[in-house]
Amino acid sequence: MSFLEILQILESSLRLATPLLLACLAGLFSERAGIFDIGLEGKMLASAFMSAAVAAYTGDVWIGLVAGIFASMVLAAIHGVASITFRGNQLISGVAINFLAAGLAVVISQAWFGLGGRTPQLQGPSRFSEVTLPLADAVSSVPFLGAIYANLISGHAILVYVALLCVPVTWWILYRTRFGLRLRAVGENPAAVDTAGVSVVGLRYAAVMICGLLCGLAGAYLATALGAGFVKDMSAGRGFIALAALIFAKWRPWYALGATLLFGLLEALGNRFQTVELLGVTIPTQFMQALPYILTVVILAGFVGKAIPPRAGGEPYVKER
Amino acid sequence: MTSSSGPSYTPAPGDTSLAIELRGISKAFGPVQANKDISIQVKRGTIHGIIGENGAGKSTLMSILYGFYKADAGEVFIRGQRTEIPDSQAAIDAGIGMVFQHFKLVENFSVLENVILGAEDGRLLTPSLAKARKLLKQLAEDYEMDVDPDATIEDLGVGQQQRVEILKALYREADILILDEPTGVLTPAEADHLFRILKGLRDEGKTIILITHKLREIMEVTDTVSVMRRGEMTATVKTAETSPEQLAELMVGRKVLLRVDKAPATPGDVVLKVRDLRVVDDQNVERLRGIDLDIRRGEILGIAGVAGNGQSELLEVLAGYATATGSIQMNGQDIDLTGHASDAQTRRARSIAHVPEDRQREGLIMDFAAWENIAFGYQNDPRYNPGLLMDHAAMRQDCTEKMARFDVRPPDPTLAAKSFSGGNQQKIVLAREIERNPDLLLVGQPTRGVDIGAIEFIHQQIVALRDEGKAILLVSVELDEIMGLSDRIAVMFDGRIMGERLPSETNQGELGLLMAGITNGTAGEAA
Repeated sequence: MSFLEILQILESSLRLATPLLLACLAGLFSERAGIFDIGLEGKMLASAFMSAAVAAYTGDVWIGLVAGIFASMVLAAIHGVASITFRGNQLISGVAINFLAAGLAVVISQAWFGLGGRTPQLQGPSRFSEVTLPLADAVSSVPFLGAIYANLISGHAILVYVALLCVPVTWWILYRTRFGLRLRAVGENPAAVDTAGVSVVGLRYAAVMICGLLCGLAGAYLATALGAGFVKDMSAGRGFIALAALIFAKWRPWYALGATLLFGLLEALGNRFQTVELLGVTIPTQFMQALPYILTVVILAGFVGKAIPPRAGGEPYVKER
Repeated sequence: MTSSSGPSYTPAPGDTSLAIELRGISKAFGPVQANKDISIQVKRGTIHGIIGENGAGKSTLMSILYGFYKADAGEVFIRGQRTEIPDSQAAIDAGIGMVFQHFKLVENFSVLENVILGAEDGRLLTPSLAKARKLLKQLAEDYEMDVDPDATIEDLGVGQQQRVEILKALYREADILILDEPTGVLTPAEADHLFRILKGLRDEGKTIILITHKLREIMEVTDTVSVMRRGEMTATVKTAETSPEQLAELMVGRKVLLRVDKAPATPGDVVLKVRDLRVVDDQNVERLRGIDLDIRRGEILGIAGVAGNGQSELLEVLAGYATATGSIQMNGQDIDLTGHASDAQTRRARSIAHVPEDRQREGLIMDFAAWENIAFGYQNDPRYNPGLLMDHAAMRQDCTEKMARFDVRPPDPTLAAKSFSGGNQQKIVLAREIERNPDLLLVGQPTRGVDIGAIEFIHQQIVALRDEGKAILLVSVELDEIMGLSDRIAVMFDGRIMGERLPSETNQGELGLLMAGITNGTAGEAA
């Protein structure tokens, strides 16, 4: 395998890890505040559809992005109302959102475009183009580092860089700001936050809406940067893989980057090597492409050591008598 | 006193010598009237006790004052000024701090983070943490409240955690401090330390409200005491002018015997013989580190100790729902400690009855009726099973009789366990176990969350069983109960028996030291 081939695989890993990373950080905000969210998938899907549809209609991907985020945040707000205000079961609410998004996206898409549940192909300004970082062409001939810069680091859609930037920003918010301290506290012991005179409900809504925002970015990236339009069920379980990555990452931002890059790498490997000969045995394509999902199962089965979730996670806050 | 403590407050129209005045506070939870038209005045710079039985409405009243609940009616005056307290933030702003019975701390946060939570200066944490660190150091010096600011809460003992709660309140510049049952989880030494801190705070001019159901604490530390009964304030008296007997009578509404009235024990043969009992838990921590015990007919062996030092594990092993190594003999015959013959059913067949520490989790099924609960563990009794089906009528009849003998109120077998008060729930469990006439009764925390009146009755039943020549193992974190009820006291610390004492030859101080794991040179085997 040549150096360039390795770079290509890593480059593809990064592209494929981006939606996972955004969704994983989305889940991190929500779950750190004590609201479990298995509706990441649905929110991504809603955003993917809405961003692609609006981008196709207006011809401007930025308007599409805003629309996608809006759609995702509407679903996030529904999850918030159900699980915070009405203290409903967070898992059921999440499942409902997944079904709602999967169904509505296809139905509305068919009604608007009549293309069998997909949106038109996005081209030119209605899609995020690849950004060539400064000096990328100039240094590409420099051996090793130049090649890494030009081929791996440069040449991604803007949202890839946004996602990477979200990691230190999330860390900083969580561990260096008042909001972060309160957010972490409300996921561990909401009664402590309540008796300290801070609104549990307000904090949890803020967390859920940030989750919606990040899921919106993830969905829009799927449809307008990674792909070129919305296709039915295009999130393909990424919301659930992001949840597995979140557990793998033990609810920490930097670990989340590592976990999602690992999933991205597995997906990239599956795409690159359709058939692999290993010790004289041919490993089928299906197995290679199933790798991320297999890792998900392994992680969820608890093979990666003890991951302690936020202690108040999944529990609606009710003042005790 | 008032002139030195209150220069920073705006002059109030009302009586400025009062820190708090409540007028006509009422609060109902559904059909339950938790507070009925309560009025109370708390003088500034005093320690004011509020005493009452469980469910008398003490905690509700204080939660209203702290903005945790909203009163249905009534007014709150703070430093003479009428104040609305819609939420905890308003209470904090009014200078009220509260230390809840169940601490409101974030377990995996550091002490500093817990202290600043909700009272941060500005949006960034670093300056807040630095300021809190400095202030904490100052407070530690002023009130001997040493706590490592960087320690994680879950690594601290309960006494230290409680100090963090007090520090939280002081950091918010509270000058009225409410403590809800603060000594329930403390060793006697820790409780004394707490009282020293509270007295120090009072002498600084702060006002302290102490909620408790322990008469001894009230007598020891308060200046004034208010008594609550069934949601009503029945009296407010100066502590110096009252007595424990009078307070108990005010609490219960009738005369109560505070002392356990019992004849000296006449111990017979050894019933239970425990040798080198060891238990290792899931995290590979040794919970029991070689327990040796003998319990004889006609005696009550009390196990004293701070909660979490192995007493629960000891009860679980003896009752047959935890495995262990070592040996146990019952009436001279070995008992299996592992395998299928080591379950609770087998233990009952060997005449060991068990009143679990946590009656709501282990002793009863809260949603099931009393007559069902009273059969649990003995459901295979032939009297209940004449043929293929269970004889419900017989079970109800049996329950009615037991309820009558144990004075369970209301005496209705069809009522769900959760509908009874704590004391009556405990009587149901006791009736079930004692009426089987066991050779050995294991009792854990028999009067936890039980009213004074019911405590008296429960203690009488346990003593009566002893007088019939049965052996009793009593585990309790209430030292008064251990001292009053036991014929012999063993103190547990960190999975070991630190020593045995006779109640007549020891005192709270010595037992307290043993409970903290401290033995002096002479304290070896006694009795």
